[in-house]
Order: sequence, then C-alpha cells, then structure tokens
Amino acid sequence: MATTSRYHFAYRRCPDQDAAKPARRPVVVVGAGPVGLAAAIDLALRGVPVVLIDDADRIGEGSRGICWSKRTLEICDRLGVGEKLAAHGVTWKLGKVFSGDELVFSFDLLPEDGHKMPAFINLQQFYLEKALCDRAGEIDDIDVRWKNKLTGLEPHNDHVRLTIDTPDGPYVLEASWLIAADGARSTARDLLGLAFAGVTFEDKFLIADIKMAADFPTERRFWFDPSFHSGQSALMHRQPDNVWRIDLQLGPDADVVEEQKPERVTERLKRMLGARDFSLEWVSIYRFNCRRLNRFVHGRVIFVGDAAHQVSPFGARGANSGIQDAENLAWKLAAVLKGEAGAALLDSYERERMQAADENIAHSTRSTDFIAPHSEAERNLRNAVLALAPRAEFARRMINSGRLSVATVYDTPLSTPDEATFAGSARLGAPLPDAPARHRDGREGHLLESIGGAFTLLYAKDGAPPQPPAGVRLIAIGEDLIDSAGAIAKRLDATPGAAYLLRPDQHLCARWRKFDAGKVAAARDRALGKSS
Amino acid sequence: MSKLVTASQFADPDAAYVTLVEARRGLSAQEAAALDTRLALILANHVGDLGVLKEAIELAKGAR
Repeated sequence: MATTSRYHFAYRRCPDQDAAKPARRPVVVVGAGPVGLAAAIDLALRGVPVVLIDDADRIGEGSRGICWSKRTLEICDRLGVGEKLAAHGVTWKLGKVFSGDELVFSFDLLPEDGHKMPAFINLQQFYLEKALCDRAGEIDDIDVRWKNKLTGLEPHNDHVRLTIDTPDGPYVLEASWLIAADGARSTARDLLGLAFAGVTFEDKFLIADIKMAADFPTERRFWFDPSFHSGQSALMHRQPDNVWRIDLQLGPDADVVEEQKPERVTERLKRMLGARDFSLEWVSIYRFNCRRLNRFVHGRVIFVGDAAHQVSPFGARGANSGIQDAENLAWKLAAVLKGEAGAALLDSYERERMQAADENIAHSTRSTDFIAPHSEAERNLRNAVLALAPRAEFARRMINSGRLSVATVYDTPLSTPDEATFAGSARLGAPLPDAPARHRDGREGHLLESIGGAFTLLYAKDGAPPQPPAGVRLIAIGEDLIDSAGAIAKRLDATPGAAYLLRPDQHLCARWRKFDAGKVAAARDRALGKSS
Repeated sequence: MSKLVTASQFADPDAAYVTLVEARRGLSAQEAAALDTRLALILANHVGDLGVLKEAIELAKGAR
C-alpha cells in the first residue's frame, strides 16, 4: 500500500539531448534522494556545476527515513535548509525501552547544551527532500533532470560515458565524475557489475505510518515482548502532522502479502493503541541487510549513501550516514576539480567513509542481534539481560534497541597528530562541537553556523590576531566571535593563543597551543592529501 | 598473556561448589539454564575485562 506522491516535478527537455556530440559535465549525480541532493547542493555552493538526474519525477511515497541526527542538521544548515528542517520536525532526545509492559531503561541523547541543532528531529523524508529540492532550485549551478534514467555506463580514464533514457528517448552525456547516489538498488552499481555482499537478516518487520491525534509524549518508545505484540519487538515514534511511525517485528515466517493488508495491519495496531482512532498513511514490510561495497571509488565513479552501504534502520544510520558521505566527498571533489588537490584526496573519502560504514554496520548488526536473536539459545541470553535490567545498571547498558547515529571520529592521515594534549569534548578527526557564540553585530548565535565551508583557523585571541596562510580563513575568538557562554573555551580547551584548523566539512584536523603559520600551512596541505 | 585465573581462589572450594549446587536445587534444566545465563552476565560484568571474558569462554568451550 502506498499513498499518492506529494510532490511532482516536470520533465523538461534539455539542450544536451540535442547536442551533436555528447556534452561533457564536470559532475553528474545520479539519484535525487537526500544524499544526491545534498551532494549536488554542496558541490554547487563550492562553485562546481552539477547535473542531477533521477529516474522518477516525484517524491513523497511513504515517510521512509524519519530520524535526522544533529550532524545531518548541521550539514543541512550549512547547505541552507537546517533551520527550516529543525523548525518543521519534531525535536526529541528521550528514548524509553520497555520489557514486557514495564519501563526498564531510558536515555537522553543530548550530552551538551548550547548546540544550535537538536540531537534528533523526526521528519518525513519527503519533507527533507522537498526542502533540499527547493534549495537546489535556487542555485544556478544545479541542473536537475527528472525522468532521466541511467541505462548505460562506460568508464574511461578521465570521464564516464553515460546513456540516459528520457520520455523523448535516450541521449549520451559525459561526466568527468559520476556520483552514484542511486540507493540500495543502485543501477550504477549493477552497470559496473560490483558485488554488494553482506548479511541479510531473516526477520521481517512491519512499518506503518498512521495518523492519530494522541498525546503520547515526544520520545522514542521501544518494547521487547510487549503484551500487545507478544514475543516480538515494537517501536513508536512521533512525526509532524499527527503522524506516528509504528514498527512491529513479525519474525522470519511472516507472509508479506497477508501482513500488508489494511485490515490485518489495523487489527495489529488496535491491539497496541486500543480504542484510539487512527488511519493508515503508509504501510510496508521490510527485511534488512548489512553490507557494503569493497571500494567506494571506482575510477571516475564514486558511490555514496545506500548505493555504497546498507544498514538496518535501528539507529537511524542509513540516510544520516549518506548525507555525511555527501559532505565528506563534496569539498574533496571540488578541491580536485579546482586543482587545489590531486585525485589522491578522494582516497581519503573512501577511507573515512568506509570507517564510518563499518562502524554503522557493526552497531547495526549488534542491535539486530539483540532485537532479533538468531536462535533460542541467543534469545535466552537476551531475555536474561532484560530480566536483570530493572535491578542492575550493567544490564540496562547492554539493552540495545538501536544505538543512535553520531558522527564518526575519523582516524585519518588528513589529521595532523596533536603535539600537545587537549581536554574538552572536541576530538581530532571529528566535527567541531557546536557552542553558543555572539557575532560581531551583537547577535547571539552559534559557533558552527559562523564557520561555513572553507578551511578555517579558529584562534583564541591573545593580542592581535595573526595573519593566516593562504587558503585559510581566520576567526578570532574574542574578536570576530565572542565566547558568550564560555562553552567554546571549555569544549576546545582553548587557552589564549591556541589555534584550531577546521577542514571544509567542519572537522577538526589540527590544533596547537600557539599559532605557527608554517605549521598551519603544512596542516592544510596535509588535509588536502598533499603530504602525510 | 593469560589474565584468567584458573588457580583455585576460594579458601573453601567445596563451600563454593555447594553454594552453586544449592542455587539450582529443585530447578528444572530449563530454569537452571536461565539462572546460569543470568549468573554469567552478572559475573562477567563483575570481572569487567573483555580479554578475561574471552579466555573464560575458550576454557568453557574446550571442556566437554
């Protein structure tokens, strides 16, 4: 069952379809989902023209992804839609876990205050896609082509030759680089004949979005073996528009056709929700895979998001990690195209995002092992943890209903190892923690929104700010930005004179107790893959 | 290097054994298995060392 699409876009014939000789574009992105849109916008904002193709002409069939993490929202903020998403979404930070009908564990996802973006929002994927589509429409360097279906892919040394089918018939287009953001069933992956191996989990899950006026608190609720759905797990989560996401484990033997019938779904939901009125918005049954490609970069074809890796939904690590792939790739590919870095920099995309994918797959697999034990013997162990949980803290910490997505701390050659020790929550290789900051004009704001997307040196003022090396923008804390809550100093362990170099994706790549122009320049070169 | 202690640590090993016997007296095999599983979790956490836990699992799996 699927609801009708919410947003339609028009196919338009483009001049490339009439070109005598195939046009050559610097970057073609295939797939206008959250990941492809984020990649296209990020590249275009960095001055790289992008053609974005998608085989459909609509978005909004079902809610699909709903949980957007703080890091995703920070990226979206840099791309120009973060505030809109945060205002539209349902903000939450509390998760509750029940065993049977008894609350055994709750967790708070926001460890630090003073961040501009919340730990998580829930928002239907089509709203995020629509916001990104609207944003892409404002940018001249993005050429979105709906109903353009990739059907052929021929790799060459310095480009890829694409065959694209349209309602007017096929045309050929050349791309210096192709970004494959075409999802779990990636056509680009199939056309290259790449293996996508991993583990498929046997358990089937019913996913339903329902419309219901209910006053349940705004929190993630997860049940192991509740009385309304005996022997299985259940999840409930609020979205905007009075829509609730319900996820019910059905076990490995469930009948996919039977279980999707509205009367069957309604019957299951009534057991959970009692006499409340609700209507079905979207229903689907899924099984999931944990797998990834062996390489993300194949010559001039670069895989991002679900096309490159897949995880279970527990932990919201799918679309969130895909958007972080897009951010990691965009500045690097832009630097390569502008001649600021060699193509070797793209190896670091693969290294860093493979580390993230492996982390996500490991977490996701562990969650799945806990939620859907493989055997009676494994189930007994899981149930022992749940039985001990009300009485022992260690057992509560073992309960795994999904470890929610946080940004990966890259173990990467792009980082310059610390010469001095630093306390605080900032980590080398991680996105800089946000903090309250007052702008020059007296406006109260935040640190990350002030940094933007260029190499930036944050300098804790100690006398006159120094002259940064070429290609590095300097922000003096205490002059350009005021540490109004004292949180910047604390989170960065910033003593007077300390300097912090941020990559264009706002990840910390070097820091020093004292500014040294030569060291900053060397660290920037290193972060561009020029030395190691 | 092994960190798991396999030398006897109880002053009175017989008393330790009988304590475990008494814990399962009157239980079915299934109930005893559930008890053992909870005990394994409690004691593993008390040890708090993944290396020791892995060695203990090796030892337990090797003995038949």
